[in-house]
Formats: sequence, C-alpha cells, structure tokens
Amino acid sequence: MLSAYTRLLVAQIRSQTQYRLSFLADVVSTCLMSLLDIVAVLVLFRVTPALGGFSGRQVLVMAAMALLAFSLSDLLVGNVERLRFYIRTGLFDVVLLRPLSALGQLLVIDFAPRRTGRVVQALVILAVALFLVDIDWSVARVAILVVTPLAGSLIFASIFVAGATVAFWWVESGELANAFTYGGRDFTTYPVSVYSGWFRRLFAYGLGFAFVAYYPALFLLDVPDPLGAPIWLGWGTPVVALLAMTVAACVWRTGVRHYRSTGS
Amino acid sequence: MAIIEAEELRKEFVVWRKVGRLRRQRQVVSAVDGVSLRVEQGETLGYLGPNGAGKSTTLKMFTGVLAPSSGRLRVCGLEPVSRRVQLTRQIGVVFGQRSQLWWDLPLRDSFALLRHVFRIPQAEHAARLAQCRELLGLDEFLDTPVRQLSLGQRMRGELTAALLHGPRVLFLDEPTIGLDVVSKQAVRAFLTQLRDQGEVTVVLTTHDLADIERLCRRLVIIDHGRVVHDGSLEALHARYGSRRRVVVDLDAPWEQVPGLSGAVVEAVEAEGHRVTFSLAEGVTAGHVITQLAGYAALRDISIVEPDIEEVIARLYAASDDARSVASG
Amino acid sequence: MGLDVRAFLALTSAGFRRWSTYRQATAAAVFTNSVFGFLKTYVLLAVALGAGGAAVGYDGPMLVSFVWLGQGLIGVVMLWGWTDLADRVRTGDVVADLLRPVNPLWTYLAADLGRAGYATLTRFLIPVAVGLVYFDFFLPTRPASYALFTVSVALAVLVSFTFRYLVNLTAFWLLDVRGVMLLAQLMMGALSGLYLPIRFLPDWCENVLWYLTPFPSMLQAPLDIYVEYGGIGTQLAIVSGQLAWVVVGFTACGWLQRRAAWKLVIQGG
Repeated sequence: MLSAYTRLLVAQIRSQTQYRLSFLADVVSTCLMSLLDIVAVLVLFRVTPALGGFSGRQVLVMAAMALLAFSLSDLLVGNVERLRFYIRTGLFDVVLLRPLSALGQLLVIDFAPRRTGRVVQALVILAVALFLVDIDWSVARVAILVVTPLAGSLIFASIFVAGATVAFWWVESGELANAFTYGGRDFTTYPVSVYSGWFRRLFAYGLGFAFVAYYPALFLLDVPDPLGAPIWLGWGTPVVALLAMTVAACVWRTGVRHYRSTGS
Repeated sequence: MAIIEAEELRKEFVVWRKVGRLRRQRQVVSAVDGVSLRVEQGETLGYLGPNGAGKSTTLKMFTGVLAPSSGRLRVCGLEPVSRRVQLTRQIGVVFGQRSQLWWDLPLRDSFALLRHVFRIPQAEHAARLAQCRELLGLDEFLDTPVRQLSLGQRMRGELTAALLHGPRVLFLDEPTIGLDVVSKQAVRAFLTQLRDQGEVTVVLTTHDLADIERLCRRLVIIDHGRVVHDGSLEALHARYGSRRRVVVDLDAPWEQVPGLSGAVVEAVEAEGHRVTFSLAEGVTAGHVITQLAGYAALRDISIVEPDIEEVIARLYAASDDARSVASG
Repeated sequence: MGLDVRAFLALTSAGFRRWSTYRQATAAAVFTNSVFGFLKTYVLLAVALGAGGAAVGYDGPMLVSFVWLGQGLIGVVMLWGWTDLADRVRTGDVVADLLRPVNPLWTYLAADLGRAGYATLTRFLIPVAVGLVYFDFFLPTRPASYALFTVSVALAVLVSFTFRYLVNLTAFWLLDVRGVMLLAQLMMGALSGLYLPIRFLPDWCENVLWYLTPFPSMLQAPLDIYVEYGGIGTQLAIVSGQLAWVVVGFTACGWLQRRAAWKLVIQGG
C-alpha cells in the first residue's frame, strides 16, 4: 500500500520539476515567506521592549516553535487547500475512482517538496532562539521540546483539513480557510496574553492554538502565565491534537458524502 | 447474476435560485428521480438522454463518486459509496472531461503508475497493455507527455488506463465526443471487440447515436431523471411506430397505383419523379417493390432505415407532454 | 489612442459588474481580512502599550485605523491575484487585444477601476465598519485629510495597477509566470506597509522603500495620510510621491508593452 503512495509522490515531484524557473522562484519565495514572520517579530521589538509581558527573546522562542509546527503541517498537508480546485474542476472524481484513500491521495498528488526548506529553516531559527534564552534543561523540558512541534503540527494539520473541507459545501470559499490556517500561524507567533475578549477565547481555546507554542514555551522558559493558567498545561498539546484530529476526521467524512460532482 | 442493481435510485440537489435582486430561494431539484435498472454480466448498455437528464449523475452514483439521496444500489454486489475502495478495483471508468492520466508524464509512465496504484500483477498488466497497444494503436505516442496528446490519442490512452486492472464493468461517459473520424472508428472498433468477447459489461452514455446503433443491444433512455425506455432499438422503433421507407425514382410522373398494399405514400417530390413510401409493420421492401414494378418503370430504388434521432426526439416530446399534463 | 470617455466608462462599469458576480469569494475575502484585522490590531496595540503608549509616533487609535483601513484597502488596490493579462498571453488570446484600435493598457485600466469601485463598496467598507465597532478608531482632525485620503487611494490603485500590469507583461518572455507572480506578491505584501507600518523599520530601510520602490505608494501612503502622520506638508509630499510613481509606472508599462508587441510581430509569439 505504501508503495502506491510513494510512486504517486515520485511522479508528482517529476512533473513539478519540469517547470524549472517557476520551481526556483517558488523555493525562494516560500523561504522568504517564513523568514518574514521572524523578521516581523524582530522589527516589532525594535519599537517596543516588551510584548504582552514577554521579552523579545522569549517571544522569539514562541514564534520559532509556532513556525516549526506550522511548516511541518504545511509540508505534510498544506496542499489539501487544493481540494477546492479539484472540486471545481471535477477532478475529485478521479481521486474517488482509485483504490486509495481520498485524503491520502490529495496530500500526495500535490506534495510540494520545496516546503522541506521551510522546516529546516524553522529548525535553525528554533535552535538560535533557544540559544538566546536561559533554559534550565531537564528530561521533561527536552521531552516537551520534541513532542510539542509534532503535536502542534497535528493541530495545524487538523485545521488545514477541516478548513479545506468547507469547499464541499461552498466551492468558492476562496481564502476563507486562510483565516484559520495562516491566521492560526500568526496567532501562535505571539503570546496569548497579547489578545483579548472573544477573539482570544476562540483562537486560543476554541481552536486550541494556545497549545501549539504558548503553554509549552512557558513550561520551557519556566515563566508563569500572566493570565494565570497552571504551568502543566504545557503538556496538553498531544491531547488537544488528538481532539482536533478527531473533529477534523468527522468533518472530512461528512464533507465527502456531501460532494456534488459538478459538470455534465 | 446481475452486475448492476438499482432500485428507485434518487439524487436530489439543493440549489439556490435567485429571487429578485438579493434574495435567494432554496429549491430541491431531483437530478435522478427513481431509476430502477438491472444490468447482467456481459451486457452492453447504452444510456441516453438529453442534456441535464441525469445521465452523468447516475453514472457517478454507480461508480461511488456521488452518494444517492435514496434508493438501493449494488454494483458488483457492493454498495458503491461505503465500499468505494473495493469497488474501484472491479470497475473501469472513462469520464471524458476528467483525465485519470498524469498530465506532465509520458503515457507509458501513467500506465506504470496505475499498475502500482491498483496493485496489478506484472504479467497481467503486461498482457493487457500489449493487447490495448495493438488494438488501439498506442505505440506511436506512448512516450509523449499526456498534455501534448490530441484528444483522440488521449481518449485511447484513457480507455487503456480504465482496463489495465481487468475490471468487470466499464463505465464510459461520452467516449467519442469531440473525436476525429479516425479515433472515433478506433474507439468503436475496440468497444465492439470488447463487447463480442462478452467478459466486460459496458455502460456508456453518449450523444452520438451512431455509437448506440453500432455498439448497444440494449438502450436505456432517461429524461428528467426517469427511465422512459428500456429495451432494444427495435423495440423502441416498434413502440413509436417508426417505419422503414422505400424511395423510388420513376421515369414518368407518379400516378396512384390501385390496390397497393402494405405501404402508404408519404411524399411526392421532383414533379412526381420521386416518391417515398413508408412500410407497414412486418411488410418487406420486396413486397412493395414488386407491386410497383408492375405499374411503372423504376429508375432507382433505395431503402431508408428508420431515423433513430427522430424517434428519440419524439420520445422526449412525449415525456415532456406527460410531465406538463401531470404538473399542470 | 482611439478610446473615448464613453467607451472607457462602459469598460469600467463592465469591470464593476463582473466583480459583483463573485459574491461568495467577496464574502470569504471580507471575512478573512477581518480576522487578520483582529490579529494585527491586538499585536500592534500590545506594541504601543509596551512602547509606553505610542510606537514611532503611532498611538493606539492611529494603529487601529491603520490596520483596519489597510485590511479594507487590500481588496481595493488588489495587492495580489491579478493574472488576467498573463492568462491571455499564455493562451495567445492577447493577439486579439493588440489588434484592436485601442491600447490594451487603457482597456485593462478601465476594467481595473471598475473592479476597485466594487471592492470599495464591499471589501473596504465592511472591514472598516468592523474596526469602527470593535475598537477605538482614529478620526482625522483636519477635514482636508479625508479629501487627500481619497485622492491617495485613487493614486494607490493606479500605482498598484501599473506594477501588476508590468508583472503580467513578463508572460511574453516567460513560459510560466507563477514564480514571478509569487515573488511580486510577496514584495507587495511585505514592503507596502501591509504587515507592519514601514516606519517601524530602520530609517535607511524606510527611505530606500519610499524613494526607490513603488510599494509604500500602494498602501502605506493613504494610511499615513488618513492617520495624519506629520502635518499637511507631509501629506502633500506623500501624494506628490505617489503621482511620480504613477507617471513612472505608466511610462514603464507603455515601453514594455511596445517591446512585447514587437516580439510578437518579429518572433510570432
């Protein structure tokens, strides 16, 4: 079974590299794009010494963890965004006519290897950010550092899948899902204490974004939450990820049954 | 054993109709409105209907792409949507507008990929590919990227792709639409052979009635989501009273033949030099011609088979009338 | 040019009507832009708070207006996603455009103005209303600022149009413009003041952007005019800068289009 997906993947990479110049420009701009998030944080701290009660170096750790989780999920499932293109053109029919999982195929047939660059970039930035702060390293902290980006990427992945599924009901949903995927990335870049009101409740707790970087970073840095949450919440990321994946899977399944193939 | 069993199959869509400038109204439209059908192993079935009659929707339900709103459906003994993955191994599908080939790769590579996707044993794959290459003349463009193929070449590639895993049923949606004459011939000849081997059940939708006349012994016609005819082409002609015609060219202008039996004059043209007779059911052309030859000098004779397009147009008109009576 | 005022207006209104049919996409864009509006507002307000009330001369209400007017203007100046011309070059349909007795630069401009008009009524007004309802919004103290803001937005649309047109024209030389398009979009987003006010950047960097690139003229310019960053002299200087970029932009478009048409005639595409 694995071999079928692998071969689809290789075929996709071969077709993609046929457009060399575009491929190059893609690589450059995707790398620039994630650098930009970090540059934005640095620029803000040129103007202010603190953000939501945290120093520039502390926010950089959160931003780097968020970036790593996001780039991982973007690499693995980011192309599920293309679902609305498949639905609009009716090509989703072809996906359903192959003896493989529909979601699995979607992830593989548009796999963009250039996004690996962003993961490497995020790893480097995280290493630098961790070097710049004082962390009292322990087994628990190392464990949380390893687990969080993986679990965080699953939270993002669930948002990606659930967001793309909207296209089954609303084909021209356009950039709607971006509000939660890229919006989630921006949200997790900064400490939750920056936001307030219903907006914070929705993004931090409703969608679980507080667990992608904020709570784990507090645990790593051994800093109390200005909002008063207990420090052990830093361990919550895998639980939230599991919950998010369950919801996303249900939404996806309902969506496929709602699929109304267009065209004659 | 029936390979396709559909009972009271229905598919409803919700559409939002514009009412006034800003308001929209929810409306439920039945694309397929209670279709019941049994297709036996080895049959070749033509599925016909005007645009928007629900042909493609039915086909998409048969292939597990769309979930029916209600009704019972079994294809190869499986419920298509819930057993989609198992079903895909038993069926082959060619939807004209949706290519299953890899756009940027040579045709040969698409076929190799499909072997892995469907996990086809190497020997089986090679044998089927060799057969298709010969019958469909694929060799000249096997190494061309699919995006550079002509429509006809691509369609031949699609047919091969749909058959590589040895399906029990082949679904074809408009397989000859837009093809050049040579490709059309190749596709028809290939399907004829497939039909005569009798191993694969073929269900095809088409606009091209020549496809139906050459390929299908059984014809299912739907209109407004309902089956309006299910049977042979001959049965259709019989039902709508379409007649064979004899056209004769005469040396002298036509005069009424006393006691002519089995035929009626339908048209007199060319100042009486050309006459068209329509034959009553069960009457041979010979019977009429023999009678005519006794009265006038015949210069030329031709026999015209009943026109299928005309019959079908009449059928649609009848079903429209029935609807307007029912709803009005 | 052969394009009279009436024809221009007809094309403009066609552009308006065409975009008004993309209802769902417009609704989705309004929603997404508003969500990002909340995100940016909270972050920038925290910056102002951390900096002791005002960041580089922008206080809280000024930042709020900066963010929400910026989110509304994304759709009006259309920072990304316009490939109409490039698509027609790729399919070869552009030959028909060049054969008409009117310069395609003006026909595309007319359509783009219609699009911008529709975007003003939807994609601009709704997010701005959201910002007004939820946050403490800055209102200009000088009535002239409203007039200058309107002029500046119009100029921003023109600058953005010429830049997008130039990027689309590269399709005559490149087979596949997706990469170039992506880079252009990235620059327009990052350097126009959309992500952050470019006055947050080091002075030398800010000066390079204002004087050597058209990007601040596409977004930062009208926003600074609205929040009355500096006196009326600064506002007038900003508008003059935009005007200069409009002239440069149209000159460049005319020149590159002649080269493109020449290439089409000589090499047959």
